[in-house]
Amino acid sequence: MRASDEVRDENELRARDDVRGEKELRTRDDVLAILDTVPDPEVPAISVVELGIVRDASVTDDGAVTVTITPTYSGCPAMFEIEADVRAALVAAGAKRVDVRTVLAPAWTTDWMSDEAKEKLRAYGIAPPGRTAGDDLVTLTRRRTAVACPFCGSTDTRLQSEFGSTACKAIHVCNACRQPFDEFKAI
Amino acid sequence: MTAVAGTRRRAVENPAFEFVVRLGDDRLVLGHRLSEWCGHGPILEEDIALANIALDLIGHSTSLLRLAGELEAKDRDEDALAYFREGVEYRNALLCELPKGDFGFTIMRQFLFDAHSVLLWEALTRAAVDNPANAPSLAAGLSAIAAKALKEDKYHLRHTSEWVVRLGDGTDESHARAQSALDALWPYTAELFDVDEVDQAAAGAGVAVDMPAIRSRWDAMVSETLARATLTRPADGPVQRGGRRGRHTEHLGHMLTEMQIVARSHPGAKW
Repeated sequence: MRASDEVRDENELRARDDVRGEKELRTRDDVLAILDTVPDPEVPAISVVELGIVRDASVTDDGAVTVTITPTYSGCPAMFEIEADVRAALVAAGAKRVDVRTVLAPAWTTDWMSDEAKEKLRAYGIAPPGRTAGDDLVTLTRRRTAVACPFCGSTDTRLQSEFGSTACKAIHVCNACRQPFDEFKAI
Repeated sequence: MTAVAGTRRRAVENPAFEFVVRLGDDRLVLGHRLSEWCGHGPILEEDIALANIALDLIGHSTSLLRLAGELEAKDRDEDALAYFREGVEYRNALLCELPKGDFGFTIMRQFLFDAHSVLLWEALTRAAVDNPANAPSLAAGLSAIAAKALKEDKYHLRHTSEWVVRLGDGTDESHARAQSALDALWPYTAELFDVDEVDQAAAGAGVAVDMPAIRSRWDAMVSETLARATLTRPADGPVQRGGRRGRHTEHLGHMLTEMQIVARSHPGAKW
């Protein structure tokens, strides 16, 4: 939080110094279009909008932008960086002031990801998340459907580790092409 | 809870704050214990898994202690509550502060705790929904955190329950260690289900948790996994408690010393 405070101060200074302000940032869609160019810092193949982190946005007549974001995982260390990236992108696009709010409800789910975003993940080498099971009771026995290898498409794969390089991923290995790969966990 | 002879119980000043701090402290302390495995896991995958679970728990505690600070309204944020309280001000259950022990002990504790967490979050997720007309910041704030934490803890529980089966139904050595961890931990589990005037006050504020019901579901869930693991559920006997009132084992102080030293050596530092 302290780190992001500093970044915010810096961005506010830049916002005040930005006398041009001629860029078109008049509607919610304008703001979302800018945010759709901000990549997720840990999965840069998709934007923070495609990931479902950006929940809402608004802009006033005098160019003050409010963005509502939600964390993927409770302990995701990238949230501060995402907030800073969102501010920087909007300031660069002419926003006079950027207010980023964080909400926890409704809880983030990979079901918010579009098919298009999932395809981008696959092309990047990450198996996209399947549909979540919904409000199921706790099942202690795994009943997983096979995860298809993003490289060769084979479903002859095995889970190597339920936890991976980031909170949102698990590690699998393809038995067909022998390639290890990340899976974006369905949550 | 029974009062300990010779101690007089002070009235709790702000039950809503206390209720949330208990939840936050459980996860902060246990998250720190898990983080002690970072770089020391028995295999790479487990090293990563324990660090991931630690991160989630510390994330939950961040949200909870932030909410607690808002409810307290004394200008303390989550960092102030984590780094600038003494051991006697911590309200975690004793189970969470015990040293990490061997891998079997860590996994067994995490399994027992995760099973409790999942059931508690399910109940708290419903709290605000069941009380829409009576959902002040406590109920609304808690149900938002609970819905998020529930998803993550379900994933943890699946992982730890599979490890319990693997260790219990594994070699003679892993079985013996898992059983010994279970026996050592069992007396500490009762405190997770204690109900006192703090819980009653929370119920009055729209956060009613049927703890006896949670306990019986927990017992059934845990017993099923232990049976699959060929482990013996210990008999209920004398219990260990005190953390909810700030009476801790000596282990917490040592842990806090390490956890708090940077923040206390450089108060107000920014990085």
